[in-house]
Amino acid sequence: MERIKTLKTRNLCESAKNGGCGECQTSCQSACKTSCGVANQKCENTNK
Amino acid sequence: MVHQYKLNGYNIVLDTCSGAVHVVDEVAYDVIAMFKDRTSDEIIADLLTKYADRPDVTAEELRLCIEDVDSLVQTGQLYTEDNFEDMAGRFKERSGNVVKALCLHVAHTCNLNCSYCFASQGKYHGDRAIMSYEVGKRALDFLVENSGSRTNLEVDFFGGEPLMNWDVVKQLVEYARSIEKEKGKNFRFTLTTNGVLIDQEVIDFANREMSNVVLSLDGRREIHDATRVDYAGRGSYDRIVPKFRSMVEARGNRDYYMRGTFTHANPDFTEDVFHMADLGFTELSMEPVVCAPGDPAALTPEDIEIVKEQYEILAKDMIRRRREGKPITFYHYMIDLDGGPCVYKRISGCGSGTEYMAVTPWGDLYPCHQFVGEEEYKLGNIWDGVTNEALREEFRSCNAYARPDCKDCWAKLYCSGGCAANAYHAAGTIRGIYEPGCELFRKRIECAIMIKASEAEDQNLE
Repeated sequence: MERIKTLKTRNLCESAKNGGCGECQTSCQSACKTSCGVANQKCENTNK
Repeated sequence: MVHQYKLNGYNIVLDTCSGAVHVVDEVAYDVIAMFKDRTSDEIIADLLTKYADRPDVTAEELRLCIEDVDSLVQTGQLYTEDNFEDMAGRFKERSGNVVKALCLHVAHTCNLNCSYCFASQGKYHGDRAIMSYEVGKRALDFLVENSGSRTNLEVDFFGGEPLMNWDVVKQLVEYARSIEKEKGKNFRFTLTTNGVLIDQEVIDFANREMSNVVLSLDGRREIHDATRVDYAGRGSYDRIVPKFRSMVEARGNRDYYMRGTFTHANPDFTEDVFHMADLGFTELSMEPVVCAPGDPAALTPEDIEIVKEQYEILAKDMIRRRREGKPITFYHYMIDLDGGPCVYKRISGCGSGTEYMAVTPWGDLYPCHQFVGEEEYKLGNIWDGVTNEALREEFRSCNAYARPDCKDCWAKLYCSGGCAANAYHAAGTIRGIYEPGCELFRKRIECAIMIKASEAEDQNLE
Protein backbone atom coordinates (compact mmCIF):
# COMPACT_ATOMS: atom_id res chain seq x y z
CA MET A 1 0.00 0.00 0.00
CA GLU A 2 1.58 3.20 -1.21
CA ARG A 3 0.05 5.59 1.25
CA ILE A 4 -0.47 3.31 4.24
CA LYS A 5 2.16 1.60 6.38
CA THR A 6 0.82 -0.79 9.00
CA LEU A 7 2.94 -1.41 12.09
CA LYS A 8 3.33 -4.93 13.42
CA THR A 9 0.81 -5.32 16.20
CA ARG A 10 -0.84 -8.15 18.06
CA ASN A 11 -4.32 -8.73 16.72
CA LEU A 12 -6.60 -8.31 19.71
CA CYS A 13 -9.49 -10.21 18.13
CA GLU A 14 -7.21 -13.19 17.54
CA SER A 15 -5.87 -12.94 21.09
CA ALA A 16 -9.38 -13.64 22.38
CA LYS A 17 -9.07 -17.23 21.14
CA ASN A 18 -6.26 -18.39 23.42
CA GLY A 19 -5.63 -15.49 25.78
CA GLY A 20 -6.49 -14.99 29.41
CA CYS A 21 -3.87 -17.20 31.08
CA GLY A 22 -3.32 -14.53 33.73
CA GLU A 23 0.46 -14.97 34.01
CA CYS A 24 1.27 -11.42 32.91
CA GLN A 25 2.45 -8.82 35.38
CA THR A 26 -0.16 -7.08 37.47
CA SER A 27 -0.60 -3.58 36.15
CA CYS A 28 -1.01 -0.75 38.59
CA GLN A 29 -2.29 2.40 36.98
CA SER A 30 -2.25 4.46 40.12
CA ALA A 31 0.07 7.40 39.70
CA CYS A 32 1.40 7.04 43.25
CA LYS A 33 3.13 3.87 42.15
CA THR A 34 4.92 3.73 38.87
CA SER A 35 1.79 3.25 36.93
CA CYS A 36 1.67 1.23 33.79
CA GLY A 37 -1.08 1.07 31.28
CA VAL A 38 -1.90 -2.51 30.49
CA ALA A 39 -0.53 -2.04 26.99
CA ASN A 40 3.07 -1.80 28.14
CA GLN A 41 3.24 -5.26 29.60
CA LYS A 42 4.71 -8.34 28.07
CA CYS A 43 2.43 -11.29 27.36
CA GLU A 44 3.67 -14.29 29.35
CA ASN A 45 1.38 -16.88 27.85
CA THR A 46 3.57 -19.82 26.89
CA ASN A 47 0.82 -21.40 24.78
CA LYS A 48 -0.23 -18.52 22.59
CA MET B 1 -13.73 2.52 16.49
CA VAL B 2 -10.95 4.50 14.84
CA HIS B 3 -8.79 7.27 16.29
CA GLN B 4 -6.81 9.54 13.98
CA TYR B 5 -4.22 12.10 15.03
CA LYS B 6 -1.27 14.04 13.70
CA LEU B 7 1.85 14.37 15.78
CA ASN B 8 5.43 15.28 14.98
CA GLY B 9 4.82 14.97 11.25
CA TYR B 10 3.21 11.55 11.49
CA ASN B 11 -0.40 10.86 10.51
CA ILE B 12 -1.49 8.00 12.72
CA VAL B 13 -4.62 5.86 12.60
CA LEU B 14 -5.49 3.51 15.45
CA ASP B 15 -8.07 0.78 15.09
CA THR B 16 -9.19 0.33 18.68
CA CYS B 17 -10.62 -3.16 18.59
CA SER B 18 -8.04 -4.95 16.45
CA GLY B 19 -5.17 -2.99 17.97
CA ALA B 20 -3.89 -2.17 14.47
CA VAL B 21 -1.75 0.94 13.99
CA HIS B 22 -1.41 2.56 10.59
CA VAL B 23 0.97 5.35 9.64
CA VAL B 24 -0.42 7.05 6.58
CA ASP B 25 0.12 10.02 4.30
CA GLU B 26 -2.30 12.91 4.43
CA VAL B 27 -4.36 11.68 1.49
CA ALA B 28 -4.99 8.27 3.07
CA TYR B 29 -5.63 10.06 6.36
CA ASP B 30 -8.47 11.98 4.70
CA VAL B 31 -9.78 8.90 2.89
CA ILE B 32 -9.98 6.98 6.17
CA ALA B 33 -11.75 9.87 7.89
CA MET B 34 -14.39 10.00 5.14
CA PHE B 35 -14.62 6.28 4.42
CA LYS B 36 -17.55 5.39 6.64
CA ASP B 37 -19.87 8.26 5.75
CA ARG B 38 -19.19 9.02 2.13
CA THR B 39 -19.35 7.15 -1.17
CA SER B 40 -16.18 6.54 -3.15
CA ASP B 41 -17.23 9.09 -5.76
CA GLU B 42 -17.86 11.73 -3.08
CA ILE B 43 -14.48 11.08 -1.49
CA ILE B 44 -12.71 11.34 -4.84
CA ALA B 45 -14.50 14.54 -5.77
CA ASP B 46 -13.75 16.17 -2.43
CA LEU B 47 -10.10 15.18 -2.37
CA LEU B 48 -9.44 16.13 -6.00
CA THR B 49 -10.59 19.62 -5.01
CA LYS B 50 -8.59 19.66 -1.79
CA TYR B 51 -5.40 18.43 -3.45
CA ALA B 52 -5.82 20.24 -6.77
CA ASP B 53 -2.19 21.37 -6.60
CA ARG B 54 -0.85 17.85 -6.11
CA PRO B 55 -0.11 16.06 -9.40
CA ASP B 56 0.17 12.72 -7.59
CA VAL B 57 -3.41 12.91 -6.39
CA THR B 58 -5.46 11.68 -9.31
CA ALA B 59 -8.84 9.99 -9.43
CA GLU B 60 -7.10 6.72 -10.19
CA GLU B 61 -4.72 7.15 -7.23
CA LEU B 62 -7.59 7.96 -4.93
CA ARG B 63 -9.51 4.93 -6.10
CA LEU B 64 -6.50 2.73 -5.33
CA CYS B 65 -6.23 4.29 -1.90
CA ILE B 66 -9.92 3.67 -1.23
CA GLU B 67 -9.43 0.03 -2.27
CA ASP B 68 -6.52 -0.25 0.16
CA VAL B 69 -8.61 1.18 2.98
CA ASP B 70 -11.44 -1.17 2.09
CA SER B 71 -9.09 -4.15 2.19
CA LEU B 72 -7.96 -3.15 5.68
CA VAL B 73 -11.60 -3.03 6.74
CA GLN B 74 -12.26 -6.43 5.17
CA THR B 75 -9.25 -8.00 6.88
CA GLY B 76 -10.17 -6.69 10.32
CA GLN B 77 -7.57 -3.97 10.62
CA LEU B 78 -9.74 -0.89 10.34
CA TYR B 79 -13.18 0.00 11.65
CA THR B 80 -13.20 -3.34 13.41
CA GLU B 81 -16.45 -3.94 15.21
CA ASP B 82 -16.44 -3.89 18.98
CA ASN B 83 -17.53 -7.39 19.96
CA PHE B 84 -15.69 -7.51 23.26
CA GLU B 85 -18.41 -6.40 25.63
CA ASP B 86 -19.81 -9.90 26.07
CA MET B 87 -16.44 -11.28 27.12
CA ALA B 88 -15.70 -8.31 29.36
CA GLY B 89 -16.28 -10.01 32.66
CA ARG B 90 -15.34 -13.51 31.56
CA PHE B 91 -11.63 -13.34 32.28
CA LYS B 92 -12.09 -12.32 35.89
CA GLU B 93 -14.89 -14.87 36.32
CA ARG B 94 -12.69 -17.57 34.87
CA SER B 95 -9.88 -16.60 37.25
CA GLY B 96 -12.15 -17.42 40.18
CA ASN B 97 -10.69 -16.15 43.40
CA VAL B 98 -7.06 -16.42 42.35
CA VAL B 99 -4.73 -13.90 43.97
CA LYS B 100 -1.34 -13.46 42.32
CA ALA B 101 0.05 -10.16 43.56
CA LEU B 102 0.33 -8.47 46.94
CA CYS B 103 1.44 -5.03 47.92
CA LEU B 104 2.95 -5.53 51.36
CA HIS B 105 2.82 -2.42 53.50
CA VAL B 106 5.81 -3.40 55.57
CA ALA B 107 6.14 0.06 57.12
CA HIS B 108 3.42 2.58 57.75
CA THR B 109 6.03 5.12 58.65
CA CYS B 110 8.58 7.16 56.79
CA ASN B 111 11.82 9.01 57.39
CA LEU B 112 10.80 11.72 54.94
CA ASN B 113 7.97 14.19 55.36
CA CYS B 114 6.95 14.91 51.77
CA SER B 115 4.14 17.42 51.68
CA TYR B 116 2.35 15.83 48.73
CA CYS B 117 2.38 12.26 50.08
CA PHE B 118 -0.90 10.51 49.20
CA ALA B 119 -0.27 8.20 52.17
CA SER B 120 0.05 11.02 54.73
CA GLN B 121 3.78 10.51 55.33
CA GLY B 122 3.34 6.77 55.18
CA LYS B 123 0.73 6.52 57.92
CA TYR B 124 -2.24 6.18 55.56
CA HIS B 125 -4.24 8.49 57.81
CA GLY B 126 -3.76 6.10 60.74
CA ASP B 127 -1.08 5.36 63.28
CA ARG B 128 2.52 4.55 62.53
CA ALA B 129 3.03 0.79 62.28
CA ILE B 130 5.56 -1.81 61.21
CA MET B 131 4.69 -5.23 59.77
CA SER B 132 5.99 -8.12 61.85
CA TYR B 133 7.67 -11.13 60.26
CA GLU B 134 4.74 -13.30 61.37
CA VAL B 135 2.21 -11.11 59.56
CA GLY B 136 4.42 -10.93 56.45
CA LYS B 137 4.97 -14.68 56.44
CA ARG B 138 1.26 -15.32 56.75
CA ALA B 139 0.65 -12.87 53.87
CA LEU B 140 3.03 -14.88 51.67
CA ASP B 141 1.31 -18.12 52.66
CA PHE B 142 -2.06 -16.51 51.89
CA LEU B 143 -0.73 -15.57 48.46
CA VAL B 144 0.55 -19.07 47.71
CA GLU B 145 -2.63 -20.71 49.02
CA ASN B 146 -4.81 -18.49 46.85
CA SER B 147 -2.70 -18.39 43.69
CA GLY B 148 -4.20 -21.49 42.07
CA SER B 149 -2.21 -22.54 39.03
CA ARG B 150 -0.44 -19.18 38.61
CA THR B 151 3.32 -19.57 38.61
CA ASN B 152 4.50 -15.98 38.73
CA LEU B 153 3.64 -14.25 42.00
CA GLU B 154 4.42 -10.60 42.59
CA VAL B 155 5.18 -9.02 45.92
CA ASP B 156 5.85 -5.32 46.24
CA PHE B 157 7.56 -4.11 49.40
CA PHE B 158 5.85 -0.80 49.88
CA GLY B 159 5.28 1.79 52.55
CA GLY B 160 5.77 4.32 53.89
CA GLU B 161 9.40 3.53 53.59
CA PRO B 162 10.08 -0.22 53.45
CA LEU B 163 13.77 0.15 54.34
CA MET B 164 12.60 1.18 57.82
CA ASN B 165 11.62 -2.47 58.21
CA TRP B 166 14.48 -3.94 56.21
CA ASP B 167 15.22 -6.94 58.39
CA VAL B 168 11.66 -8.18 57.97
CA VAL B 169 11.86 -7.60 54.21
CA LYS B 170 14.97 -9.79 54.03
CA GLN B 171 13.42 -12.49 56.20
CA LEU B 172 10.31 -12.53 54.02
CA VAL B 173 12.35 -12.85 50.85
CA GLU B 174 14.28 -15.69 52.45
CA TYR B 175 11.06 -17.41 53.47
CA ALA B 176 9.54 -17.02 49.99
CA ARG B 177 12.64 -18.44 48.36
CA SER B 178 12.54 -21.39 50.75
CA ILE B 179 9.05 -22.42 49.65
CA GLU B 180 8.82 -21.41 46.01
CA LYS B 181 10.32 -24.57 44.54
CA GLU B 182 8.20 -26.90 46.62
CA LYS B 183 5.08 -24.87 45.85
CA GLY B 184 5.89 -24.48 42.14
CA LYS B 185 5.92 -20.71 42.31
CA ASN B 186 8.21 -17.96 41.14
CA PHE B 187 8.27 -14.89 43.36
CA ARG B 188 9.05 -11.54 41.78
CA PHE B 189 9.84 -8.86 44.31
CA THR B 190 9.79 -5.11 43.90
CA LEU B 191 11.15 -2.56 46.35
CA THR B 192 9.92 1.02 46.30
CA THR B 193 12.18 3.31 48.32
CA ASN B 194 13.04 6.94 48.97
CA GLY B 195 16.71 5.94 49.19
CA VAL B 196 17.60 7.51 52.53
CA LEU B 197 18.59 4.19 54.15
CA ILE B 198 20.29 2.60 51.15
CA ASP B 199 23.72 1.23 51.99
CA GLN B 200 25.97 -1.37 50.40
CA GLU B 201 24.17 -4.22 52.12
CA VAL B 202 20.81 -3.02 50.82
CA ILE B 203 22.29 -2.64 47.34
CA ASP B 204 23.72 -6.15 47.34
CA PHE B 205 20.55 -7.75 48.63
CA ALA B 206 18.17 -5.78 46.44
CA ASN B 207 20.24 -6.37 43.34
CA ARG B 208 20.24 -10.08 44.05
CA GLU B 209 16.60 -10.55 45.03
CA MET B 210 14.44 -7.73 43.66
CA SER B 211 13.14 -8.08 40.10
CA ASN B 212 12.62 -4.35 40.11
CA VAL B 213 13.50 -1.41 42.31
CA VAL B 214 11.61 1.85 42.17
CA LEU B 215 13.70 4.77 43.37
CA SER B 216 11.97 8.02 44.25
CA LEU B 217 13.62 11.12 42.81
CA ASP B 218 11.74 14.19 41.63
CA GLY B 219 14.40 15.47 39.24
CA ARG B 220 16.07 18.85 39.69
CA ARG B 221 17.52 19.47 43.15
CA GLU B 222 15.36 22.54 43.81
CA ILE B 223 12.21 20.69 42.76
CA HIS B 224 13.06 17.56 44.73
CA ASP B 225 14.11 19.42 47.86
CA ALA B 226 11.02 21.64 47.86
CA THR B 227 8.88 18.67 48.88
CA ARG B 228 11.01 15.64 49.67
CA VAL B 229 12.33 16.80 53.03
CA ASP B 230 13.09 15.10 56.32
CA TYR B 231 11.41 15.98 59.60
CA ALA B 232 13.96 18.74 60.16
CA GLY B 233 12.88 20.25 56.86
CA ARG B 234 16.13 19.42 55.07
CA GLY B 235 15.99 18.34 51.44
CA SER B 236 17.06 14.78 50.67
CA TYR B 237 18.52 15.20 47.16
CA ASP B 238 22.20 15.30 48.12
CA ARG B 239 21.83 12.32 50.44
CA ILE B 240 20.05 10.00 48.05
CA VAL B 241 21.41 10.72 44.56
CA PRO B 242 24.86 9.17 45.24
CA LYS B 243 23.14 6.11 46.76
CA PHE B 244 20.83 5.72 43.79
CA ARG B 245 23.79 6.00 41.45
CA SER B 246 25.65 3.26 43.32
CA MET B 247 22.62 1.02 43.32
CA VAL B 248 21.87 1.46 39.63
CA GLU B 249 25.51 1.05 38.67
CA ALA B 250 25.68 -2.23 40.55
CA ARG B 251 22.35 -3.41 39.19
CA GLY B 252 23.60 -4.37 35.76
CA ASN B 253 20.79 -5.30 33.44
CA ARG B 254 18.16 -5.78 36.11
CA ASP B 255 15.11 -3.53 36.04
CA TYR B 256 14.94 -0.28 37.95
CA TYR B 257 12.99 2.91 37.68
CA MET B 258 13.77 6.40 38.80
CA ARG B 259 10.31 7.52 39.73
CA GLY B 260 9.39 11.15 40.25
CA THR B 261 6.26 13.07 41.02
CA PHE B 262 5.43 16.37 39.38
CA THR B 263 3.05 18.90 40.88
CA HIS B 264 1.70 22.39 40.30
CA ALA B 265 5.25 23.57 41.07
CA ASN B 266 6.75 21.86 38.01
CA PRO B 267 4.32 21.11 35.21
CA ASP B 268 7.45 21.58 33.05
CA PHE B 269 8.49 18.15 34.31
CA THR B 270 10.49 17.22 31.23
CA GLU B 271 13.28 19.36 32.72
CA ASP B 272 13.28 16.92 35.63
CA VAL B 273 13.30 13.90 33.33
CA PHE B 274 16.24 15.39 31.44
CA HIS B 275 17.98 16.15 34.72
CA MET B 276 17.72 12.51 35.74
CA ALA B 277 19.10 11.54 32.33
CA ASP B 278 21.99 13.97 32.89
CA LEU B 279 22.70 12.18 36.16
CA GLY B 280 23.22 9.01 34.13
CA PHE B 281 19.90 7.30 34.80
CA THR B 282 18.17 5.85 31.75
CA GLU B 283 15.01 4.19 33.11
CA LEU B 284 12.76 7.07 34.04
CA SER B 285 9.24 7.75 35.18
CA MET B 286 7.52 10.97 36.21
CA GLU B 287 3.96 10.87 37.44
CA PRO B 288 1.35 13.53 38.05
CA VAL B 289 0.74 14.08 41.76
CA VAL B 290 -2.19 12.27 43.40
CA CYS B 291 -4.00 14.66 45.75
CA ALA B 292 -7.26 16.47 46.38
CA PRO B 293 -8.18 19.23 43.91
CA GLY B 294 -7.78 21.99 46.51
CA ASP B 295 -4.30 20.93 47.54
CA PRO B 296 -1.55 23.48 46.70
CA ALA B 297 0.32 20.71 44.88
CA ALA B 298 -2.66 19.77 42.69
CA LEU B 299 -2.40 20.29 38.95
CA THR B 300 -4.76 22.98 37.67
CA PRO B 301 -6.59 22.83 34.31
CA GLU B 302 -3.93 25.24 33.00
CA ASP B 303 -1.21 22.88 34.21
CA ILE B 304 -2.84 19.98 32.36
CA GLU B 305 -2.42 21.84 29.05
CA ILE B 306 1.24 22.51 29.87
CA VAL B 307 1.77 18.88 30.80
CA LYS B 308 0.29 17.72 27.49
CA GLU B 309 2.76 19.93 25.62
CA GLN B 310 5.53 18.57 27.80
CA TYR B 311 4.66 15.00 26.83
CA GLU B 312 5.15 15.96 23.18
CA ILE B 313 8.48 17.67 23.95
CA LEU B 314 9.62 14.58 25.79
CA ALA B 315 8.58 12.19 23.02
CA LYS B 316 10.41 14.23 20.37
CA ASP B 317 13.52 14.45 22.53
CA MET B 318 13.49 10.71 23.14
CA ILE B 319 13.47 10.11 19.39
CA ARG B 320 16.46 12.47 19.07
CA ARG B 321 18.32 10.66 21.86
CA ARG B 322 17.64 7.27 20.33
CA ARG B 323 18.87 8.41 16.93
CA GLU B 324 22.03 9.73 18.59
CA GLY B 325 22.62 6.37 20.25
CA LYS B 326 21.86 7.59 23.79
CA PRO B 327 18.31 6.32 24.39
CA ILE B 328 16.33 6.78 27.58
CA THR B 329 13.23 4.88 28.60
CA PHE B 330 10.19 6.73 29.86
CA TYR B 331 7.90 4.31 31.60
CA HIS B 332 4.69 5.71 30.15
CA TYR B 333 5.99 5.47 26.64
CA MET B 334 6.76 1.79 26.92
CA ILE B 335 4.22 0.06 24.77
CA ASP B 336 4.53 -3.41 23.38
CA LEU B 337 2.43 -3.39 20.23
CA ASP B 338 3.46 -6.83 19.04
CA GLY B 339 4.03 -8.81 22.24
CA GLY B 340 1.70 -7.01 24.63
CA PRO B 341 -1.18 -8.46 26.59
CA CYS B 342 -4.21 -10.21 25.16
CA VAL B 343 -7.60 -8.62 24.96
CA TYR B 344 -8.79 -10.23 28.20
CA LYS B 345 -6.13 -8.37 30.12
CA ARG B 346 -6.79 -5.19 28.20
CA ILE B 347 -10.44 -5.29 29.15
CA SER B 348 -10.10 -6.36 32.74
CA GLY B 349 -7.38 -4.02 33.92
CA CYS B 350 -5.23 -3.96 37.00
CA GLY B 351 -6.90 -6.69 39.01
CA SER B 352 -7.23 -4.65 42.17
CA GLY B 353 -9.56 -6.28 44.66
CA THR B 354 -9.39 -9.63 42.89
CA GLU B 355 -5.97 -10.86 41.82
CA TYR B 356 -4.11 -7.96 43.42
CA MET B 357 -4.49 -6.78 47.02
CA ALA B 358 -2.70 -4.66 49.57
CA VAL B 359 -1.84 -5.96 53.04
CA THR B 360 -1.57 -3.57 55.97
CA PRO B 361 1.09 -3.98 58.69
CA TRP B 362 -1.53 -5.72 60.84
CA GLY B 363 -2.75 -8.07 58.10
CA ASP B 364 -5.91 -6.48 56.75
CA LEU B 365 -6.62 -6.83 53.04
CA TYR B 366 -7.63 -3.93 50.81
CA PRO B 367 -8.24 -3.83 47.04
CA CYS B 368 -5.00 -1.89 46.58
CA HIS B 369 -2.67 0.44 48.44
CA GLN B 370 -4.77 3.46 47.57
CA PHE B 371 -7.78 2.11 49.44
CA VAL B 372 -5.88 1.42 52.64
CA GLY B 373 -7.45 3.44 55.41
CA GLU B 374 -10.89 3.51 53.74
CA GLU B 375 -12.71 1.26 56.19
CA GLU B 376 -15.60 0.43 53.86
CA TYR B 377 -13.06 -0.92 51.38
CA LYS B 378 -11.63 -3.52 53.71
CA LEU B 379 -11.84 -6.91 51.99
CA GLY B 380 -10.88 -9.13 54.92
CA ASN B 381 -7.59 -10.27 56.38
CA ILE B 382 -4.77 -12.71 55.66
CA TRP B 383 -6.00 -15.28 58.22
CA ASP B 384 -9.69 -15.43 57.29
CA GLY B 385 -9.26 -14.44 53.65
CA VAL B 386 -11.72 -12.25 51.81
CA THR B 387 -14.83 -11.90 53.93
CA ASN B 388 -16.39 -8.95 52.14
CA GLU B 389 -17.57 -10.93 49.12
CA ALA B 390 -19.82 -8.14 47.88
CA LEU B 391 -16.83 -5.84 47.63
CA ARG B 392 -14.78 -8.43 45.76
CA GLU B 393 -17.69 -8.87 43.34
CA GLU B 394 -17.84 -5.12 42.83
CA PHE B 395 -14.18 -5.14 41.79
CA ARG B 396 -14.53 -8.34 39.79
CA SER B 397 -17.28 -6.88 37.67
CA CYS B 398 -15.44 -3.62 37.08
CA ASN B 399 -13.72 -3.45 33.69
CA ALA B 400 -13.33 -1.23 30.64
CA TYR B 401 -16.91 -1.99 29.57
CA ALA B 402 -18.43 -1.44 33.01
CA ARG B 403 -17.59 2.26 33.00
CA PRO B 404 -20.17 4.24 31.02
CA ASP B 405 -17.72 7.09 30.42
CA CYS B 406 -15.31 4.73 28.65
CA LYS B 407 -17.87 3.47 26.11
CA ASP B 408 -16.80 5.73 23.26
CA CYS B 409 -13.18 6.25 24.26
CA TRP B 410 -10.61 5.07 21.72
CA ALA B 411 -8.06 4.44 24.47
CA LYS B 412 -10.13 2.02 26.55
CA LEU B 413 -8.14 -1.04 25.50
CA TYR B 414 -4.87 0.69 26.35
CA CYS B 415 -5.95 1.64 29.88
CA SER B 416 -8.75 -0.87 30.65
CA GLY B 417 -10.82 1.89 32.15
CA GLY B 418 -8.06 3.29 34.30
CA CYS B 419 -7.36 3.30 38.02
CA ALA B 420 -10.26 2.27 40.27
CA ALA B 421 -8.91 4.34 43.16
CA ASN B 422 -8.55 7.47 41.06
CA ALA B 423 -12.11 6.93 39.83
CA TYR B 424 -13.37 6.44 43.37
CA HIS B 425 -11.67 9.56 44.65
CA ALA B 426 -12.81 11.66 41.70
CA ALA B 427 -16.29 10.29 41.03
CA GLY B 428 -17.25 8.48 44.23
CA THR B 429 -17.46 5.13 42.44
CA ILE B 430 -14.91 2.73 41.02
CA ARG B 431 -17.01 2.69 37.85
CA GLY B 432 -16.43 6.36 37.28
CA ILE B 433 -13.41 8.00 35.73
CA TYR B 434 -10.89 10.68 36.64
CA GLU B 435 -11.11 12.78 33.49
CA PRO B 436 -7.88 14.83 33.88
CA GLY B 437 -6.05 11.54 34.31
CA CYS B 438 -7.75 10.19 31.17
CA GLU B 439 -6.75 13.27 29.22
CA LEU B 440 -3.10 12.79 30.16
CA PHE B 441 -3.26 9.05 29.54
CA ARG B 442 -4.59 9.57 26.01
CA LYS B 443 -1.83 12.07 25.28
CA ARG B 444 0.80 9.63 26.57
CA ILE B 445 -0.51 6.81 24.38
CA GLU B 446 -0.53 9.11 21.35
CA CYS B 447 3.08 10.01 22.07
CA ALA B 448 4.10 6.42 22.74
CA ILE B 449 2.64 5.21 19.45
CA MET B 450 4.20 8.13 17.57
CA ILE B 451 7.57 7.01 18.91
CA LYS B 452 6.82 3.51 17.60
CA ALA B 453 6.00 5.04 14.21
CA SER B 454 9.37 6.79 14.20
CA GLU B 455 11.16 3.56 15.11
CA ALA B 456 9.42 1.71 12.29
CA GLU B 457 10.33 4.48 9.88
CA ASP B 458 13.98 4.41 10.93
CA GLN B 459 14.13 0.63 10.59
CA ASN B 460 12.77 0.83 7.06
CA LEU B 461 15.41 3.40 6.16
CA GLU B 462 18.27 1.25 7.45
